[in-house]
Amino acid sequence: MIELRLPANEETIRRLRVGDQVSLAGVIVTARDAAHHYLIESDGAEVRDVLRNGMIYHCGPIVARENGQWRFVAAGPTTSIREEIYEADVIARYGVRGIIGKGGMGEKTVAACREHGCVYLDAVGGLGAVLAQSVRRVHAVHKLEEFGVPEAMWVIAVEGFPATVTMDTLGTSLYRDIETASSARMRELLSPVK
Amino acid sequence: MKLESKALTDALVELIRRSSTSIPHDVVEAIARAAEREEAGSGAQITLRLLLDNVRLAETTSRPVCQDTGALLFFVRYDRAYSQQEIAAAINAALPIATQRYYLRPNAVDPVTGRNSGDNTGVGIPFIHFEEVEQAANLPEKSLQKAGQVDNPPHLEIRLLQKGGGSENVSRQYSLPDASLAAGRDLEGVRRCVIDAVNKAQGKGCAPGIVGVGIGGDRSLSYLVAKHQLLRRLDDHSPNPALAQLESRLTDDLNSLGIGPMGCGGRTTVLGVKAGIAFRVPASYFVSIAYMCWALRRHTMIVAPDGGVSYHD
Repeated sequence: MIELRLPANEETIRRLRVGDQVSLAGVIVTARDAAHHYLIESDGAEVRDVLRNGMIYHCGPIVARENGQWRFVAAGPTTSIREEIYEADVIARYGVRGIIGKGGMGEKTVAACREHGCVYLDAVGGLGAVLAQSVRRVHAVHKLEEFGVPEAMWVIAVEGFPATVTMDTLGTSLYRDIETASSARMRELLSPVK
Repeated sequence: MKLESKALTDALVELIRRSSTSIPHDVVEAIARAAEREEAGSGAQITLRLLLDNVRLAETTSRPVCQDTGALLFFVRYDRAYSQQEIAAAINAALPIATQRYYLRPNAVDPVTGRNSGDNTGVGIPFIHFEEVEQAANLPEKSLQKAGQVDNPPHLEIRLLQKGGGSENVSRQYSLPDASLAAGRDLEGVRRCVIDAVNKAQGKGCAPGIVGVGIGGDRSLSYLVAKHQLLRRLDDHSPNPALAQLESRLTDDLNSLGIGPMGCGGRTTVLGVKAGIAFRVPASYFVSIAYMCWALRRHTMIVAPDGGVSYHD
């Protein structure tokens, strides 16, 4: 297990390899569909500083409001591939060092990770309760009124957040390898026609 | 004794709480068995054990298992003591309460304006499927009695399925014949569609999945049949021998794809396959795959003739 503190420098990120298990600590920002669209259409002033050398978490959490404080109730990852059309630009423009999500991303993001020094990390889908526990503090929330709770950008401090590197800066993608192998197996299963 | 609307609403809030914060025991057992089958110390095994930790934590702290509390599908069987209107009203009253208590994420978005209603109510939702059954005294519902271990048949049974967006997005429908898969209008053609759908899904629907298959019907009925299969226990078998054989063969086929938990590789790609049918018109042959994530949130509430409410996974 690699302890990874955020913000992270490019050199640290470029040393990570597919298969590395990391424990994240530091500030990350949740962003999903509406937020990615917003980050491309605007200058993202609210989160620009925290995203530089920071990480984006594809997550639409359940958040409780108690005694004037926010508390994360459930916060597993959402499917990342929906952000494929935006992510390479977001990585380039904001200097993001990591994308945390589930299900993996496509070749455009793989290329951006290689060029700009960024990795993709798999957080296990459906770990709503476990991952919410690793959220220690909510620093801020942006666009809450406009986007709603799941789509808002939550700036959160995490500790002991478990994730696995599945796309690295060498252009390796675990998802590409798995899909190539499973598609070969599918061809075996489907042929010959009996 | 019939439940009055306030009591029915309260009972429904509890149904939603139980459904959101737990996973049926048959699914938990299937995940535990799958973890043992994975290579010791592998990422797949670690992931499956994390799923079990998460279920335990969710249950003990009454938090949703997954933040995507999904689309809510209610399947209601009622006798004439109840009306559809009053059941629908109670369900709609329960949704904002369950949202306020954080059992549900605000999950209802207007597709025109993009605004989230904030309380899980909205146009056309939730989905409620009604089926009027005989008066309780005449109800030969063996399956209910088995599920509920109740001595007396109920006046009212409400089953809830919470289906997350990630798994719904990788669900898929085929129209046979399909030349690209060499899939004809028979169960071998169906098998080919299911393998293709699960291979296309990879880990994006939160594998290991539970795969509901609807064969026949029109397009909407075909999907409904597929979703109905997700209410079945993982350890049951289709009463139709041909379908039972298809389910078991497909489970082995799909687990040989190597997609594994979260699409990161492994021996467990699905926890089960369940298939059902509806008659079709001669011109059409639809195959619908309702992919469900590992976090199958399925719970049943039964109101007995004495007004007692019981819950079953």
